[in-house]
Amino acid sequence: MIRAVIVINDQGKPRLVKFYDYQPVEKQQEIIRNIYGVLCSRAENVSNFVQDSTFGPDTRLVYKTFATLYFIVIFDDSENELAILDLMQVFVETLDKCFGNVCELDIVFNFNKVHTILDEIILGGQVVEMSSSEVVKALDDITRLEKNPNSIVRVPKSISGWQGR
Amino acid sequence: MLLLTLLLRSVGFYFFTSSIQNPESNNSYTAKLEQLKTIGRELAMGSQGGFGQSKEFLDLVKSIGEARSKSEEDRIVLHEIETLKRRINEPDIPKRKMKEYIIRLVYIEMLGHDASFGYIHAVKMTHDDSLLLKRTGYLAVTLFLNEDHDLIILIVNTIQKDLKSDNFLVVCAALNACCKLINEETIPAVIQQVVELLGHQKEAVRKKAVMALHSFHQRSPSSVNHLISNFRKKLSDNDPGVMGATLCPLYDLIAIDVNPYKDLVASFVNILKQVAERRLPKSYDYHQTPAPFIQIKLLKIMALLGSGDKKSSEQMYTVIGDIMRKSDTASNIGNAILFECVCCISSIQPSPKLLETAADAIAKFLKSDSHNLKYMGIDALGRLIRINPDIAEQHQLAVIDCLEDPDDTLKRKTFELLYKMTKSSNVEVIVDRMIDYMISINDSHYKTETASRCVELAEQFAPSNHWFIQTMNKVFQHAGDLVNPKVAHNLMRLIAEGFGEDDDAADSQLRSSAVESYLKIVDDPKLPSAFLQVICWVLGEYGTADGKYSASYISGKLCDVAEAHSSDDIIRAYAVTALMKVYCFEKSAGRKTSLLPECQLLLEELSASHSSDLQQRAYEFRAILDLDANAVENIMPLDASCEDIEIDKSLSFLDNYVHKSLEQGAEPYIPENERSGTLNISNIINRNPYEHPAHSLRFEAYEVPKLVVPTKLSPAVTYPTELVPVPEPSYQPTVSSGPVSDAGSGSGSTELRLRLDGVQKKWGKPAYSSAASSSTSNIDSQRTTVNGATQPDNVTSKSREPRQPHVEVSEEKQKLAASLFGGRTARPERKQSGSAAGHSKVSRTTNHGEDKAQPTTVTTAVQPPPPDLLDLGESSGAASSYSSTVDPFKQLEGLLDLSQDGHAVTTTTGPDLMSLYSGASTNGQNQNQNLNPLLNEKDNMNGAPNPSNRTASLTKGPSLKDALDKDALVRQMGVNPTSQNPNLFSDLLG
Repeated sequence: MIRAVIVINDQGKPRLVKFYDYQPVEKQQEIIRNIYGVLCSRAENVSNFVQDSTFGPDTRLVYKTFATLYFIVIFDDSENELAILDLMQVFVETLDKCFGNVCELDIVFNFNKVHTILDEIILGGQVVEMSSSEVVKALDDITRLEKNPNSIVRVPKSISGWQGR
Repeated sequence: MLLLTLLLRSVGFYFFTSSIQNPESNNSYTAKLEQLKTIGRELAMGSQGGFGQSKEFLDLVKSIGEARSKSEEDRIVLHEIETLKRRINEPDIPKRKMKEYIIRLVYIEMLGHDASFGYIHAVKMTHDDSLLLKRTGYLAVTLFLNEDHDLIILIVNTIQKDLKSDNFLVVCAALNACCKLINEETIPAVIQQVVELLGHQKEAVRKKAVMALHSFHQRSPSSVNHLISNFRKKLSDNDPGVMGATLCPLYDLIAIDVNPYKDLVASFVNILKQVAERRLPKSYDYHQTPAPFIQIKLLKIMALLGSGDKKSSEQMYTVIGDIMRKSDTASNIGNAILFECVCCISSIQPSPKLLETAADAIAKFLKSDSHNLKYMGIDALGRLIRINPDIAEQHQLAVIDCLEDPDDTLKRKTFELLYKMTKSSNVEVIVDRMIDYMISINDSHYKTETASRCVELAEQFAPSNHWFIQTMNKVFQHAGDLVNPKVAHNLMRLIAEGFGEDDDAADSQLRSSAVESYLKIVDDPKLPSAFLQVICWVLGEYGTADGKYSASYISGKLCDVAEAHSSDDIIRAYAVTALMKVYCFEKSAGRKTSLLPECQLLLEELSASHSSDLQQRAYEFRAILDLDANAVENIMPLDASCEDIEIDKSLSFLDNYVHKSLEQGAEPYIPENERSGTLNISNIINRNPYEHPAHSLRFEAYEVPKLVVPTKLSPAVTYPTELVPVPEPSYQPTVSSGPVSDAGSGSGSTELRLRLDGVQKKWGKPAYSSAASSSTSNIDSQRTTVNGATQPDNVTSKSREPRQPHVEVSEEKQKLAASLFGGRTARPERKQSGSAAGHSKVSRTTNHGEDKAQPTTVTTAVQPPPPDLLDLGESSGAASSYSSTVDPFKQLEGLLDLSQDGHAVTTTTGPDLMSLYSGASTNGQNQNQNLNPLLNEKDNMNGAPNPSNRTASLTKGPSLKDALDKDALVRQMGVNPTSQNPNLFSDLLG
């Protein structure tokens, strides 16, 4: 299970914080500070994995740097490190598709949208979607509906088989 | 001035607020950002402000971003909080405005500030009809609240309503919220609807409903146990996305119990096959790899199902082989799947062919330039060597490279691997490396772990005594305060026992080398406390044993220790007891003994110490000084720390005396709880015990002296819960007969150490003893046969194979590799380290110096006791005192094993329990005894049965509920045949 997804910038400021187990605000801040401390001390060209004891002995942390941002995922041994690394790639690709050349400011100012994107990819700590185009599609639906609340999306009568995707 | 700026600032805010409605200002700000971004602007900001935020919010973010210090940032945020607090409670706030406030609240909380004042507004927003606002509300509450928050109850109704909505996006939003916000209590409110949604037309909804159900199951398995069959059903969902989501709960369920899901093996294999054969739509591909997360989850599930199950494993071989062959090793995700295959192969019943493929894959990982892949390779290697230890040798140089890699994560992983492959031929190299690494790191958590691993390996594979002692010294010197106190205990035990061989020469050599090395480092002022305790104990016990060092030299060192650590009472206690032992050994050996002046000074100082424990020790020591050699030898026999001490718990040796006294008209003992009024110590001291207020005679207690231990009788050791100051004049005469017992050669904890004074007082003068009987009401905590001699000794399986000589190769790395991997000695079966072995070993050493007083005390014990001697029936008092009357080393262990002991108490009954649990720590044992024969016998006397006994019988055995749950589960299995699963995809594809 994925325990947390965190985005912080290179100065340690949180940009997106999502814990799948509830953590009190103070604890969240402590975790973020600790993680930032660890990540800062890591050299370049090393692995993207950190053994992390924040959530117990088996939790691991995978991080990836995109420009000025650290994307961090904390998870337990029911996930695969390399796959999580790609999951982050999907997340960032999706952000890029939505914002177009995504930068830190986009995430800061639209972090509710970023949360929406993340919710489409990870739900309740489990990966549910790996295709960024599917996420974008779902997001378009939401945006359209939010903009124009009167045009309720009708549920198609026939079951949309997966061939139709 | 400050006020003015504040005023200006707030004016500024108002200005911005007024401009917020104006789309122009939004656009102008956007224009500034144009340099940073190119396309997708409309989507991001939205024409109506969709996702876009107001100028005010942008400014907030900007000013926080520009803050130069944390305090400046805090000031800005606090100001923002003030503003929001004021505004958010204004009447008639436009909804769009409110939404923005909520977003700002979320932002503030993300920065670590309390936004709880606005939670209620976020909850209110979830009630809104507009999807935009509703979603914002849900987002905010999922971030703000935990499932047990008081406000949750206000949301449940909304969630219920939204789950029924005909707009699937609303339903999705509600399901998202379900995953986070619904707790055990509120599950029933929504569960029905969530289950219905499993059949929703939209696959997105079905998927989320599965995840919601999964999160309910995580929260409270019992409340959704009857719905688990739904997960099986959804495995055959039309939509691969839903099927993939279903794998998550199934994985969790299978991890809990494999057996109900064995029938699904064929289905999983079939699904995996179809996924691998690219029969899923292209949209599930990721970088040309079909549905990687589904593949990984399936492989993980198969690893669980195939573990130790030949039949299931055989079904998997083909598909795993296929996937490995096809896997795309150029991409990250391809390697992820490859790694998962290796994990699966190492978990299921081994197949030689697959093992070979796995070894190749590992080789590829390790040879890669990518640190990530190297890491995965080391991880995989660690899994595979459990099946095939030889495989490590192929990769020795790669492993060494990883060990020297600057990447800390990789290094740690490699140490983990080395830990797994340690054998007696390479233990020296590995442990040395581990210690070096341990010294170099700062992370206390990992340092502790490394230290305990070093200790464990050293204990298991030590090639020589000398090496072992040196290694332990290093570990303790650098991480002594971090390691578990148990480790210190183990070290003392090992030194006392030797390595379990019946080779006295080797044992004494071990001790000598320990003494020698300790004398070398004892002056180091920075030694950790735990290590100093070990040093003091060893110096006291064995310092003079080989005659190499004079008693005065050792004493001097011990005095130095006590002096240098004057603030640490525990060390001083160890030191003074060690001094006493050195003195006693000298005296009983017939050598001339005289106390060093610094030792005298120390004693004087400690006699007036604030710590009653230290005082006690000092007085005992002084008392010993006056005894003759014979008595001293009985009190402190040489090298007797491994002798067992048998304790007659019931004091049955006094029965004759008691009977005689009673016949002669003495008053019987009255248990404390039956005496009237509270006990006042001073009262009792002045009172003649024979004038005790009359009570009816209770003979029952003395009719059943069954626990007769025939051989050695021992003093009742007890620990008075209230500390009794020892009055010197009255104490000395009591002591003169020689029952001074050293309360703990090297005993650790001051608070919980054995106190024998109470017992002696029992047998002392009448007046004094009655005082003692009141103050040490829990006198009945005598120990019997400390650890049950019945325990088989399985310590002796120590593997100490002769070290293999290293192959001399010019290159240093090759040398290292050779030493790590070279010895082809089959790795000896690893002993069960930790608790089990620990217990059995401990059983031999529970009695350290403190128990040496035993023989003498026996002689003195049979002094005329006052009639109120035996308050054995006082079992409620006994319960507390039992747990505290323990060998101090034992206690260190007992602390760790408490849960286990508790378990033992609740699950076992019956009189043969002692033999069953004799290996368990005294703590648990005492409780057991307390519960069992002793208690049963004395129960009538007490009138009140021990409450713990009741709970034991109540909680005994598996709970009925669990059994029912399991039963229901099994029946579900039968009800749901899964034959349709294998052709899940082929059906659809035609």
